[in-house]
Amino acid sequence: MDVQAITPELMLGVLALGLLVLDLATGPAEKRFVAWIAVIGLLATLVPSALQLGATPRLVFFDTYAVEPFSAFFKIIAILSGVLVLLAAMEFFKGRTTQHEGDVYVLIAFMVLGLVIMAAAADLILLFLAVEYVSLVSYVLAGSLKSDRKSNEAGVKYFFYGAAASAVMLYGFTYLYGAGGTTNLYHLARPLAAANAGLLLVATVFVLAGLGFKISLVPFHQWTPDVYEGAPTPVTAFLSVGSKAAGFAALLRVLYVALPPETWVTVLAVLAAISMSVGNLVALSQQNIKRMLAYSSIAHAGYMLIGVVALAGSSTPLGSGVDALLYYLLAYMFTNIGAFAVAIAVERTLGSDAIADYAGLSQRAPFAAAAMAIFMLSLTGIPFTALFFGKLLLFGAAIQSGFLWLAVVGILNSVISLAYYMGVIRAMYQQAAPDGAAPLAESGLTRTLLAITVAGTVVLGIYPGPFLRLVQTASALLRL
Amino acid sequence: MSGLLSLVLWLPVAGTLVLLAVPRDRARTIRIVALVTTVLDLAASVWAGAAFDRARAGTLQLLEQVRWIPSIGVTYHLGVDGLSLPLVILTTLLTMLCVIYSWRVDLRPKEYMILFLLLETGMVGVFLSLDFFLFYLFWEISLVPMFFIIGIWGGARRTYAAIKFFLYTLVGSLAMLLAILILYFQSSPRTLDILALIQQKPLAHDLPLAILAFWGFFLSFAIKVPMFPFHTWLPDAHVEAPTAGSVLLAAILLKLGTYGFVRIALPLLPDAFQHMAWFVAVLAVIGAVYGAMVAMAQTDLKKLIAYSSVNHMGYVMLAIAAAAAVGNRGAMQGAAAQALDGATMQMLAHGVITGALFFLVGVLYDYRAHTRGVGDFGGLATRLPVYTGLMMLAMLASLGLPLLMGFVAEFLIFLGAFQIYPQLTGVAMVGVVITVAYFLWAIQRIFLGPLNPRWAALPDVDARERWALAPLAALMVLVGFYPGPLIAIINLAMINILSLVH
Repeated sequence: MDVQAITPELMLGVLALGLLVLDLATGPAEKRFVAWIAVIGLLATLVPSALQLGATPRLVFFDTYAVEPFSAFFKIIAILSGVLVLLAAMEFFKGRTTQHEGDVYVLIAFMVLGLVIMAAAADLILLFLAVEYVSLVSYVLAGSLKSDRKSNEAGVKYFFYGAAASAVMLYGFTYLYGAGGTTNLYHLARPLAAANAGLLLVATVFVLAGLGFKISLVPFHQWTPDVYEGAPTPVTAFLSVGSKAAGFAALLRVLYVALPPETWVTVLAVLAAISMSVGNLVALSQQNIKRMLAYSSIAHAGYMLIGVVALAGSSTPLGSGVDALLYYLLAYMFTNIGAFAVAIAVERTLGSDAIADYAGLSQRAPFAAAAMAIFMLSLTGIPFTALFFGKLLLFGAAIQSGFLWLAVVGILNSVISLAYYMGVIRAMYQQAAPDGAAPLAESGLTRTLLAITVAGTVVLGIYPGPFLRLVQTASALLRL
Repeated sequence: MSGLLSLVLWLPVAGTLVLLAVPRDRARTIRIVALVTTVLDLAASVWAGAAFDRARAGTLQLLEQVRWIPSIGVTYHLGVDGLSLPLVILTTLLTMLCVIYSWRVDLRPKEYMILFLLLETGMVGVFLSLDFFLFYLFWEISLVPMFFIIGIWGGARRTYAAIKFFLYTLVGSLAMLLAILILYFQSSPRTLDILALIQQKPLAHDLPLAILAFWGFFLSFAIKVPMFPFHTWLPDAHVEAPTAGSVLLAAILLKLGTYGFVRIALPLLPDAFQHMAWFVAVLAVIGAVYGAMVAMAQTDLKKLIAYSSVNHMGYVMLAIAAAAAVGNRGAMQGAAAQALDGATMQMLAHGVITGALFFLVGVLYDYRAHTRGVGDFGGLATRLPVYTGLMMLAMLASLGLPLLMGFVAEFLIFLGAFQIYPQLTGVAMVGVVITVAYFLWAIQRIFLGPLNPRWAALPDVDARERWALAPLAALMVLVGFYPGPLIAIINLAMINILSLVH
């Protein structure tokens, strides 16, 4: 047994269990200590994960688990987003009385472990277990504000949708097993290449129900706005970044490794276009920042799906769909968690998620407002920001693969999205604060978190070179 | 390699960083820092002009090239020739004048000055960039400061105007992004370098794809110019923007579009442009005549000038389309060069003249009368002699009075375009006649006749306003009398661009 190959997973497991004990041993006022230990522990697991970026791709544990740069990349995303979300959660719980603060920190660590396994699972059974594990932790996290009705609603809703989606996905897996006679993705590829195309299409759609649920893809997105609105905001941020990234990792592996592209490319291209358009059009009328970001997350799932659809290879990173998707996920992590961090800071000081209450924020909290403006510009895809470069790569990949129409749809959607992202900027910069509004205190933690996420957003937009090399290493070895 | 162009490009950003450290209530310090930055930037751009070898104005000079994103062939590549150098100097000059003019802006002066400095970098960056990635970054980033300038310091309908401006131009920008990507994937070796792509002409053998890419660039540039029928954002943006915003919008931002046609569309996609030249020319002539007719009907002085911009930019586009229509026909090369000389000259003239006109409207509206209705005035010539002189000079220059800057430009445009598109040029001339009519009519209504007693106590232009206006007035007259050296530089650049067409 190659135990060394799963060093990051072992470390994460030990960390999460240790935190569980620590949570029991600390008093209600000392929960931040748990969170800081979690942050340090997660940062420590970054080291073995990063080392795997240079690992020779191989399958371990009876070919059920992949150790390769691709999964290492997603480990890094899961861990980094976990760290950022923990920082945001500490800010969120400051001054809030709840019995479950420590539980949330512990569950975030457990969730990181689940995301890591999801990204590396090479066997249908293990993949299903990982997805279920992540889902169960997410349900609890979404409903963790037990005195808040909306949070309860979010937890229950998420559970019902998630249970149904998982069941359908499992049903899809049985088709694949029936056609291929094995649950190993890498061994499935050959028999499935000769299988009946209609059957594979059905299986693909069922599998998409489960993974599309995780990445908030239309038409599996209905849970997103309610859960995003009701869940504690740091959890929302984690769902929008961590779950989405791991969902894409699993989707890429299933589709690229096991299934012949002809069966799914057209379906996914259409879903990408629909997801972008639905997300953006519905986001236009949202008045609540979390609901707006929920629909924006649906739209971004559509953009990202372009990277899955754009199969054609390219001699440069500009033109390769997987490179573009990985870059986009990295960029989206910084930008979206940053946007939620501002939402948390505003929510904590103003007690409101309404975009209208952001009026005059540029005068009351200049740093947070400037950071939010940068995140909104990045989400729109304006240059000098990370997601501009991500979109450039995605649209380039679409054109390279002959999906010019998809690039055009993406561009029209970017224009639509400008309207609602600018709505936030308009409130912050063009509308006056209510009379007598005092400046809002920006805590040191918020400033740190915003500084990190702004730096990530800007550096990925201005100096993409090293990160392009990173995603190139990570994507090139996806197929063993 | 000299870093002179980088200095011109990044000095305003350095000024922004200094401004960030100044507390927001120190308005005077903020203004001084902004002024010093823009003066230094103007000096740097003039210095670049002095270092520029005018005898070789056709070739790109003061080149800087640094590897930036090597894996996708992106470099930090800057350079100037006889086309971009005058536009860069015009940009730095006008930004400085805007800072002088905006001395009295009391609403959030810190953000105001920071945005103008960032806008300066964006505009200069577009003129200097020789790499598509860089070009696109500056092209689009220049939208953001203008969005805020209109949206925060604008008039009553500023929110609507700001988002309309941003949406329109973003549609164009993204269309251009598609065109750039199409070019990138057809190039071999893959590059985003504008000069390398012009050398390669990757779409030369694929006319349908070239036309598709051309439409991408066309949409982007035409919205910016703005050409009829993409001009509808312009009156809103101009009317709602604060005075200095209107000045830069009219004087520089519109030029980004025409500059793009000359620098990129013409040499990079000559066949596609030649194919579509008649269509562009027809739109240009419609814009010229329609803009003039609508300007005639305006009672709001700012709107009048905004539509006169549609009219004047129509001439520029007619000239560029005419030059594009020539293509490889050797006999017409002289006419094409003349038309392009006129187009570039008109870009500069319109920048100087319309910049001055918007300043002058602001002088009257912002601090004196608080109205822009053409019919609200009357007889101001007796009360405000200096103001009247300046305004009449600018309006006469704009309508193309000989010995002023606008005349030189329009003369060259019509001279060149007439040999290529005689009928269309004839129709466009109607626009000139209407322009003369509406400007003279406006002069008559505002300055002549009996003094409206409402304005009996209006003060004349003060020292700061004179400082903001004097350089522009001097340029109008100077270039009008003695356009030779400027045309010589422009002509070399245009001949070179036409030689790249083959």
